[in-house]
Amino acid sequence: MTARDGTAEARDHALGPSSYDHQAAVGQASFERIEKTWRSPSGFFGWFTQVNHSAIGLRFIVTAFVFFILSGLLALAMRLQLAIPLNQMLSHETYNQVMTVHGTAMMFLFAIPAMEGFAIYIAPLMVGARDMAFPRLNAFGYYVYLIGGSAFFLSLAFGMAPDAGWFNYVPLANKTFSEGYGVDIWTTMITFIELSALTAAVELIVTIMKLRAPGMSLDRMPIFVWAVLVMSFMILFAMPSVMVASAFLMMDRLVDTQFFIVENGGSPLLWQHLFWFFGHPEVYIILVPALGIVTSIVVTFSGRPLFGYTALVLAITGIGMVSFGLWVHHMYTTGLPFMGRSFFMAASSMIAIPSGVQVYCWIATLWGGKVRFATPMLWVLAFFGVFIAGGLTGVMVASVPFDRQVHDSYFVVAHFHYVLMGGAVFPLMGAVYYWFPKATGRMLSEHLGTWSCLTVFVGFNITFFPMHILGLQGMPRRIYTYLDGMGWGDLNLLATAGAFLLAFGFALTLFNVIHSVRHGAAAPDNAWGGSTLEWATASPPLNCNFIQQPVVESRRPMWDWREADTRTVVAGLREDRRETMVTTLLDARPQSVMVLPGPTPWPFVSAVAASAGFIGLIFSPWFFPIGFFAVFATMVLWFWPRHPWRKE
Amino acid sequence: MDPASRDAWLVAELSWWMFASAIFIYIVTIGLLGVGAGIFRGRNRLSFRAGTTLVVLGGVLAPIIAIVAIGVSGVAIGDETEGPDDGSAKLTVEVVGRQWWWELRYLDAAGEVVAVTANELHLPVGERARLELLSDNVIHSFWAPNLQGKTDAIPGRRNLLFAEPEVEGVWRGQCAEFCGNQHTLMGFMVIAEPREKFGRWLERQASDARATQGPGLDIFLKLGCGDCHTIRGTSAAGQKGPDLTHLASRRTLAGATLKNSRGNLGGWITDTHEVKPGALMPSFTPEPQDLHDLLDYLEALK
Ligand code: HEM
Ligand SMILES: [Cu+2]
Repeated sequence: MTARDGTAEARDHALGPSSYDHQAAVGQASFERIEKTWRSPSGFFGWFTQVNHSAIGLRFIVTAFVFFILSGLLALAMRLQLAIPLNQMLSHETYNQVMTVHGTAMMFLFAIPAMEGFAIYIAPLMVGARDMAFPRLNAFGYYVYLIGGSAFFLSLAFGMAPDAGWFNYVPLANKTFSEGYGVDIWTTMITFIELSALTAAVELIVTIMKLRAPGMSLDRMPIFVWAVLVMSFMILFAMPSVMVASAFLMMDRLVDTQFFIVENGGSPLLWQHLFWFFGHPEVYIILVPALGIVTSIVVTFSGRPLFGYTALVLAITGIGMVSFGLWVHHMYTTGLPFMGRSFFMAASSMIAIPSGVQVYCWIATLWGGKVRFATPMLWVLAFFGVFIAGGLTGVMVASVPFDRQVHDSYFVVAHFHYVLMGGAVFPLMGAVYYWFPKATGRMLSEHLGTWSCLTVFVGFNITFFPMHILGLQGMPRRIYTYLDGMGWGDLNLLATAGAFLLAFGFALTLFNVIHSVRHGAAAPDNAWGGSTLEWATASPPLNCNFIQQPVVESRRPMWDWREADTRTVVAGLREDRRETMVTTLLDARPQSVMVLPGPTPWPFVSAVAASAGFIGLIFSPWFFPIGFFAVFATMVLWFWPRHPWRKE
Repeated sequence: MDPASRDAWLVAELSWWMFASAIFIYIVTIGLLGVGAGIFRGRNRLSFRAGTTLVVLGGVLAPIIAIVAIGVSGVAIGDETEGPDDGSAKLTVEVVGRQWWWELRYLDAAGEVVAVTANELHLPVGERARLELLSDNVIHSFWAPNLQGKTDAIPGRRNLLFAEPEVEGVWRGQCAEFCGNQHTLMGFMVIAEPREKFGRWLERQASDARATQGPGLDIFLKLGCGDCHTIRGTSAAGQKGPDLTHLASRRTLAGATLKNSRGNLGGWITDTHEVKPGALMPSFTPEPQDLHDLLDYLEALK
């Protein structure tokens, strides 16, 4: 902490339009030429050729929230079914499908893609890049996600949805015990969708490592960008595990391999190890970027630099690493040797240290600040209230003897909704309120936002708090009904009522968003007085992000510039093609200039070919070679050398 | 939670300690947040010293204390509840998870099956019993909360669980691992009774059926019940469903779903899937008189 902090604090962070004039910076003619170079084609066919990260990122976010709403409606259906004992609204078959699709979709189709979406939208802006390193791959990932996710959801409409739970334990998920296409749809679509997570991860890693604005050395990178980097590496290491697992299962079911068939030497526990080796890090893949969001909001709304930057970076990296050593805590009841489980007990509770460090760094940052309690900050407060509770029950279930009682009971349902809703959804809602002005150029209504946050917070606790008690009373999870004499009726009814309040709270935000896109107050460039580079571009961002790429001299360029009343920028990039600076990995010294490709339909065509292969695979193994060669052909066309290199 | 064994009691005790500490930590943390951002709002920033102290105390020291406490208590209690297989358990029961009911096979000292029953686990009070968890289909999890935490029954494995009820009682247990259609109604009863009473019960269960002929049995065989169910002492020897040799001695039907009464039994036979949708037993529609005879016979299977 240097003397800089003192001056930073003295600064006035009041709202107000940034005085920066993007056109004047380079002159009208240049401005228009650059913007034309970076423009995304419009129109129906144009839509399929767009590759700019802001377009793709926004699509990821919107699509993810559509899936959130759909899976949320499924959750309401489950809550209605469970409201009273022996309810007959949903049959056991429907309930099992609804439950499986809710869980799978929330994890794979909502939480991870939403985080990726914010990462794709915000991280390049935050590091001062004009686009991501592989824009076309980015578009490909999106179409894969869109097609795979929609196919997965449609299966529910056809009544062939998977019904073996989101963790799909074998042998239940084997052909013998799950006939029909349900589990096939799960395995193929999940493998497929993970492809998009992998492309996003690779993309983000390269962008963050090589395309940072000159001067943004690693230790000046915003915490959100650190979090995205850690998330991407986690995806890279975790996803292959679930892809392997589901590919094994797919093969067991389609071509009679015997990976999980006990009679022929296969092992059901192999599935659990592979699944949880991915499954545990996965919840941290969701949590880590959320921590980045929380940090961004805390810094902006306390109006002062973060307390303990290094500690936070270490904590986030630490969480990323430790999360790979915990998977067995999902398997405490499988009869593994107690010695082994004790190791995982220690490892699991160890997560409390980096989490604790973070929470206290935020508290120290907020302490005594002129905290502005605007809507993004309110969601962060709700995050504190809920996530800390979920974290504490998490440390409790790390204890082997305790877990053996509450495992697979409603206590666990309560626990993981506290961490997932608290640790992912609340920060995401904060992110929506925080970055909406940047993405749309309009402000959301603060009034509606406050009510939404309040209702969601109260509704959430009414829904999920009673579940702790139900779990302790012995109510197992994944049951579609319960007997009258169990005495679980009242609390379940309460939880259902809470779920509707919760849904109403989210509906307020939905309405707010729809309304404000057109009618919201105009947003200035730096809507909240933030310190990071996404606020340096116009709202909504220019086609090229930065008409001149910035040069960074500290962790909070926006505040520096405001003080100095001037910007340091890069000059000399060409205006007639898509160029962005490449800098060195550690200290971001300028290295070279990268030329990025423009709009193209090939990623879309390629994704369609890949989907045809994957979806066909559900019905016949022959689609594997068909898909393979179709993708190969489209890839050749995709990579065919053309403009602008031909001209040079 | 209503512990009926030392194991369950230890875990209950542990839970209360953990809840108390968790609530304490929650209040302190949220309290500090409130004080810092609320009461001290707009005053001075924490000095670097003070901030570091806060982070180290709250973010490092407190979690370390918690981890040590969790680790030590977890290992100590785990060691006791999952106790070694030291041969002190005289009674061995094979607990087999089926879709969607439980089969219980009582073994003698030589490891031979002496009695088979379903969905009703009887244990002598004050004795350590060794439960061997098996499955030949999907994964189930045996959970009798009043006695012990849960342990899975996994195909291809033989997991062990030791149960030692300390008081007499009747409790409910339940499958805890999602196992398909009727995971929901896969319950069972646990009955802890004094040694002599238990001995008499086991002796009776080990014997052949009390009633081995009559019009009801003919109906039983004619309808095809014997293809899936066994009644020892008769020609019914099916293996797919529960052993019915002493059906009338059991408290519940269909995985602890219904009370065992004549009406419920008749309802179960004639309308199986109304009671338990998806159950792997077909419904039967015998003539009223036949049903009457059948129920008479089943009720005689004490
Ligand atoms: C909209 C608010 C939500 C409600 C009312 C809700 C409710 C439920 C209910 C009732 C269950 C079924 C529990 C059972 O039968 O055992 C469930 C399961 C689950 N939920 Fe949610 N949930 C919500 C949001 C979320 C979110 C945001 C996530 C993750 C990001 C999530 C992830 C899951 C998962 C993974 C399961 C387990 C599914 C399985 O067992 O296969 N839920 N939820
Ligand atoms: Cu089961």
